Amino acid sequence: MRLQLAVPTLILSTLLSHVAFALTITLPEETAEYRIGPGVDLARSYCMGCHSADYVLTQPPGMPRSFWEAEVNKMKKVFGAPLPDDQVTPLVDYLVRTYSVH
Amino acid sequence: MDDGQTSLGRRGFIQSAGLLLAGSVTDLAWSKAQAATKIVLPFANGERPLVAYPQKRPLMRLTTRPPQLETPFAVFREGLLTPNDAFFVRYHLANIPLSIDLTSYRLTVKGLVSKPLSLSMEELRTGFPEVELVAVNQCSGNSRGFVVPRVGGGQSGNGAMGNARWRGVSLKAVLAKAGVLPGAKQITFKGLDAPLLPSTPEFVKALTVDQAFDREVMLAFAMNGTDLPMLNGYPLRLVVPGYYGTYWVKHLSEINVIDHEFDGFFMSKGYRIPDNDCGCVEPGTAAKTTKPIGKMVIRSFITSLDDGAAIRVGEATLVQGIAFDSGAGIREVQFSQDGGSSWVQANLGEDLGNYSFRPWNIKLRFTKAGPHELKVRATSRSGEIQPLNETWNPSGYRRNVVESVRVVAL
Repeated sequence: MRLQLAVPTLILSTLLSHVAFALTITLPEETAEYRIGPGVDLARSYCMGCHSADYVLTQPPGMPRSFWEAEVNKMKKVFGAPLPDDQVTPLVDYLVRTYSVH
Repeated sequence: MDDGQTSLGRRGFIQSAGLLLAGSVTDLAWSKAQAATKIVLPFANGERPLVAYPQKRPLMRLTTRPPQLETPFAVFREGLLTPNDAFFVRYHLANIPLSIDLTSYRLTVKGLVSKPLSLSMEELRTGFPEVELVAVNQCSGNSRGFVVPRVGGGQSGNGAMGNARWRGVSLKAVLAKAGVLPGAKQITFKGLDAPLLPSTPEFVKALTVDQAFDREVMLAFAMNGTDLPMLNGYPLRLVVPGYYGTYWVKHLSEINVIDHEFDGFFMSKGYRIPDNDCGCVEPGTAAKTTKPIGKMVIRSFITSLDDGAAIRVGEATLVQGIAFDSGAGIREVQFSQDGGSSWVQANLGEDLGNYSFRPWNIKLRFTKAGPHELKVRATSRSGEIQPLNETWNPSGYRRNVVESVRVVAL
């Protein structure tokens, strides 16, 4: 019971005998953050708009530069991230330097 | 819930943790209480916090926005059906619905139909016969974290899957009411989860007309006897028995019958596998041609023993597990206690239908002390059998290699 009270708010409004007509939830706070380092501002500016930092933080260590290049280009070209052309390489540099180390 | 209740609840939780700290419990209980804050999956960078989301018990959080939550594997030994509050969560786009009002919610059926429909949940529930079936929903990338060489993407352990009793109405019945016109080739499905930017592709999935009609595809409004949890697709989701979860569109809002092959990103670029019999390529290489992922490949797991478990020499231990395929049903489960040198047939348990987890069990007894490797291998009624060696594809989809659990006899 204590645990249930501690989890984020859940409102179930029941208007008739057994049929719920609306459901509203509140998600837990977002706490994942990009690691500090040169270029972190680019990740904060251009990646955090659409997804949390843990999308990057949970990737396998030691991925090659080509992996991060492909990801950044996919986000820009396919998913429409508003990343200027001249910021692609600096962002890839940050990701490789920060998340490809063993 | 008002602020006063929330803070009282939080205080209560902290107090109970304080009692543990006061030393009134054994070391074992304390280590369990500590372990309950995270699970470390057995691959590099595999630490996952356990976080409670609305309508969910603490689950392994892979990502926060959009949320991706994995079921701790120990849940699969609780029973054949995965409880709603433990069922995994996977979204693609961050603009997910957090509040849904059924007075305004509608499912539209449009496109190549003689009578377009706009149905309330009430009309769906009362206008069509109810259907029910037990089926496994498994993420295409379940177990991706174990793939070697590692590949990018959601780094799941084995818990991006679940087995539930789904209740809803038949897609066929709804399409029959709308009247599919000649020339229909595919049917697309869209939910209320949406992109944040107009430049991001929408999450829309397509089935061919044949795929939509060759099995009991369902529009499900209940799982395990209650409404779908919000994060599993409230109030309505597509259930495509035997197919990977990518097709099980959540918060289903639009069905569109089209006369061509749908070319949206999540069909034409994403969720594709090498177009060959194994769906695999040489590790580290790209596929020459690809096709959309489809039916699940056969899998089996040991659920009753963790890696590293200790077993007494001479003592009989009942080993239990699950097996499932894309709907032919499980014909047999082979078990090895010597790393695959010899195999014996396990007993099959309760049959909840061909799309369900099928339980199996076998008595295990070691005569010699030391490390032992247990393996499990399922065969379907159509003759599909799990590979003994890993296959590889660039996206880390459809992992189904024979699983091993290492135990120690003492």
